[in-house]
Amino acid sequence: MSEATLQTREAPFITRLFTFRETRAAMAWSIGLYALAAIASGLGAPLFVQAIACAALVFFALNALWSVRESSIAVIGLALVLFWVLLATAAPLLPLRDPTAVSPAFKGLSEVLQIKTLLTYAPDMKLTEAQSALLEKPTWFGYSYEGETYTLGIDHKGRDILSRLIWGAQRVLVWASLATATAYIVGMLFGVMAGYLGGWVDEVISFVANIMLSFPVMVLYIIIITQLGASGVNVIIAVTFASAPGIMRIVRGLVLDLKTRDYIAAAQTRGESAWYIMLFELLPNARGPLIVDACLRLGYTTIAIATLGFLGLGLPPPEPDWGSMLAEARAKGATFHHMIIIPAAALSSLILGFNLMADGLREISLRD
Amino acid sequence: MDAALFDKLGLDPKAPVLQCEDLCISYYTRAGEIPAVMDFNLTVGANEAIGLVGESGCGKSTVALAIMQYMGKNGAITGGAVRFFGRDMTSMSELELRALRGSLISMVYQEPMSSLNPAMKIGAQLCEVPMIHEGLSRDQAKERVLEMLAAVRLPDPKRIFNAYPHQISGGQQQRVVIAMALLSGPKLMLLDEPTTALDVTVEAGIVELIKDIAKEFGTSLIYISHNLGLILNTCDKISVLYSGKTVEHGSVRDVFDEMRHPYTRGLFNSIPLPGADKNARPLIPIKGQMPLPTERPAGCTFGPRCDYFEEGLCNDPAPLKVSPVDAKGSHVVRCRRWDAIDWEAARPRRRQAEPPKIGAQVLEIDHMKKYYEIKDRSLMALIRGKASRYVKANEDIDFDAHAGETVAIVGESGCGKSTLAKVLLGLETATEGRVMLGDLDISNIPVRRRAPNEIGALQIIFQNPFETLNPAHTVGSQIARVIRKFGVASDPEEVRERVLKLLDTVRLPREFYERKPRQLSGGQKQRVGIARAFAGEPKVVVADEPVSALDVSVQAAVTQLLMDIQREQKTTVLFISHDLSVVRYLADRVVVMYLGHIVEQGSVEQVYAPPYHPYTEALLSAVPIADTSVKKRRIVLEGELPSALNPPKGCPFCTRCPRVIAGLCDVEEPPLKTLADGHQVLCHLEDQVFEEMEPVIALAEGYSG
Repeated sequence: MSEATLQTREAPFITRLFTFRETRAAMAWSIGLYALAAIASGLGAPLFVQAIACAALVFFALNALWSVRESSIAVIGLALVLFWVLLATAAPLLPLRDPTAVSPAFKGLSEVLQIKTLLTYAPDMKLTEAQSALLEKPTWFGYSYEGETYTLGIDHKGRDILSRLIWGAQRVLVWASLATATAYIVGMLFGVMAGYLGGWVDEVISFVANIMLSFPVMVLYIIIITQLGASGVNVIIAVTFASAPGIMRIVRGLVLDLKTRDYIAAAQTRGESAWYIMLFELLPNARGPLIVDACLRLGYTTIAIATLGFLGLGLPPPEPDWGSMLAEARAKGATFHHMIIIPAAALSSLILGFNLMADGLREISLRD
Repeated sequence: MDAALFDKLGLDPKAPVLQCEDLCISYYTRAGEIPAVMDFNLTVGANEAIGLVGESGCGKSTVALAIMQYMGKNGAITGGAVRFFGRDMTSMSELELRALRGSLISMVYQEPMSSLNPAMKIGAQLCEVPMIHEGLSRDQAKERVLEMLAAVRLPDPKRIFNAYPHQISGGQQQRVVIAMALLSGPKLMLLDEPTTALDVTVEAGIVELIKDIAKEFGTSLIYISHNLGLILNTCDKISVLYSGKTVEHGSVRDVFDEMRHPYTRGLFNSIPLPGADKNARPLIPIKGQMPLPTERPAGCTFGPRCDYFEEGLCNDPAPLKVSPVDAKGSHVVRCRRWDAIDWEAARPRRRQAEPPKIGAQVLEIDHMKKYYEIKDRSLMALIRGKASRYVKANEDIDFDAHAGETVAIVGESGCGKSTLAKVLLGLETATEGRVMLGDLDISNIPVRRRAPNEIGALQIIFQNPFETLNPAHTVGSQIARVIRKFGVASDPEEVRERVLKLLDTVRLPREFYERKPRQLSGGQKQRVGIARAFAGEPKVVVADEPVSALDVSVQAAVTQLLMDIQREQKTTVLFISHDLSVVRYLADRVVVMYLGHIVEQGSVEQVYAPPYHPYTEALLSAVPIADTSVKKRRIVLEGELPSALNPPKGCPFCTRCPRVIAGLCDVEEPPLKTLADGHQVLCHLEDQVFEEMEPVIALAEGYSG
């Protein structure tokens, strides 16, 4: 079934409005623009750059959702992921409270905490009217204190959970994608070398990869982080060590198949260098399965970063981080259920998004 | 058993074996309903063999699947009926169909390796058939299977019974599949391109077997093929399909001698016939390509490609019915103008074209040898001191090629022709001997150490159009890369201009510059492959079966194109092929290879006429020829190609040679005999035997080509 035979339906107005030449090119441009703007704002560019990034992202999101419309799974997955990416990008533009500041509402909450603690020791205690009123007021969704409303409530230290959640999303997404990208670059490079060059190169690379794969991943993380210290860059190093061997194996397998194709022989017979063949002839053709795997791996990396945060090995506090939010909630979870539920739901939805996206993309690639 | 089954399924033994009435089949895709076959009529009588011919995408395999009622999730019969012994199969339940499939109707597929389960022993797979359908015990089934394995002429059925599929050769595998299809004594056997994946001499054996065995077992055949020669060999009647419709149906003799549909005529015009060469009778390709199922034109679907198209008549959207050509109505065509066409004039004319001028010697291969070393690292090998063995892929290759000349290298798979190409291209280095390209010995220079102009001087056209282009890059950028790489041009504008010119040369529209390979058809991809090979202004082009994967009508066009460019640029073409009719058509000289040796070489006239090397003789006899006026001598080779790791002593061909001299051929290496100027044969036979050889292919009186 060739593509030309499929009738193309009209794109919705909003997409057509933004579409120049073809959707694929438009998507590439917009994601490129987004990446540039995001990096620039990360390096301290003025706030309007962030706004450009958001606009580019919205444009990309619409096109991306339209292009995967064939698979409802992919649409759901992509929507979940893009929802978090958009929130994370827009964080500086949103009217959020400082995620690390202790708000005045903490005073109110500590009163509630006090009453609750007293009640556990003396259940028959008589409460004053003011105390009863305090207990009846919600402590999480829509918690309000002195006229200020905290949409998702505050945590045990009085910090705004909504703000922490959104800023935390930014950190999780940035480090997860950086770590996955690094792991991919390393894994692909070694994989394509092992697959294409073969011989002793393959033997050495595969042997080292096998040794690394034989380590339990968690142990590997803990060793690396405890040796190097907890920081974003070290998280990247840890994730690369854990994921790159797996990626290398996938790429190696794909390359072993691809290198028997005639177009590789054609490249050899016109005297191309091994590097040209590996990077420009082989890798672009391995992209299909790799994109699917990358989506899955983004999910794994998110889990890994959250786990490291939970163990106190992730990004240093007090910066908001979903893993450390969960770790803090563990202690207070009995009293403040929302402290566990909110970051856990956020984490699950993002990972689910990555996994559904991978499933959907695989479904689409199998269909054509 | 038959009678009981007939009763159970409500079949009428007196009705025709199979009747397709106005059968319409559609596939449902995201783009909506796509009609694959329309208005298909066919009646198969007892013991009849029917051929279905057509190019890929014409719906011939869909018909077979519909007969098996095995359409998959997205296919459905939308109209008409398939009657098997009078009972409409569309009304059968899944249970009834299961009782039918594999017992009364069976099917043989194209790829023998993928129709056998690699994890099961052949015997176990075959025993399943009678055990499931007839409830035989394992011992009874085994007995039956061994008989059947002997009936399909497999040597040593007991050994095959206990072997796994990968342990036997492709030809043997296909025999096993045929045995499996015949095990329950089917009334109808469907063969979907059963020999396409096999070598010519093996193919000849299988075709012979199918013919004999259908008679012996009283089975009716539906033989699907794109090869008209095979249909002539095996079938009584033929249906020609085009774009989902039967365009012509009749007895083989009627259709082959007096075809009355322009498409059938076009098919015959685009295949080379024996005795015709490129200068005397050029191939006439059918213009254009088959329309996609969603873009079929109104009226006659062949209209836009037809030379006899008449506006208003041929594209009239009214249903186009078949009309009888003869009084009996057994020969029918789907054409509104068949009686208005002068069919004598439609036969291709002899046209005396200027033979190309053969220039100076360009390539000289001088006693070249290529051995592959196989290291055995096992302990046993170390103890015995046989740590390495050699695969003798090329043994003493010695020939030369001149400018503007086409040298064909002929042989079956495993004969070493691909190794020879690899050595020439520098992907491998020769073990011994010289390969002179001009004044330069390139036998030991791997491609990485060759200068750009040396690489550009020797290029290759690959066999498989679907692999020859990198799917990740545009057509234009792939050709441009070659131009820059060989230093022909470096200025971006000039490179682009050259690419566009090359696209013109291979007759592709300039818009293809921006296209990705997946948007191109097989023939178009192969044209890009040719453009790429000629981008560096080569002296020698190795064409590795460049058209064998293409459809017949496209083959002719691509072959013609290659010849035209060669004529223009005076390039030497080394044409690697197993198809002797194509070689006869376009080569000037022929080199026949067997198991790494050149067994015969000479000019086309010398090789295709007696005296022959016994292997050439067998090859010629195996070529299917789509012409009723040609008589062939039958020589079927027994046995299998020996392994190059363990070649026979003496003559490499002695294990299969019909003219083998015991005590000489299997002991002593044969001498290289020069029979005529430039005609060499590697054989022990006496001169007198050579003189008495008769032609394999004889043309009947009055043959006009």
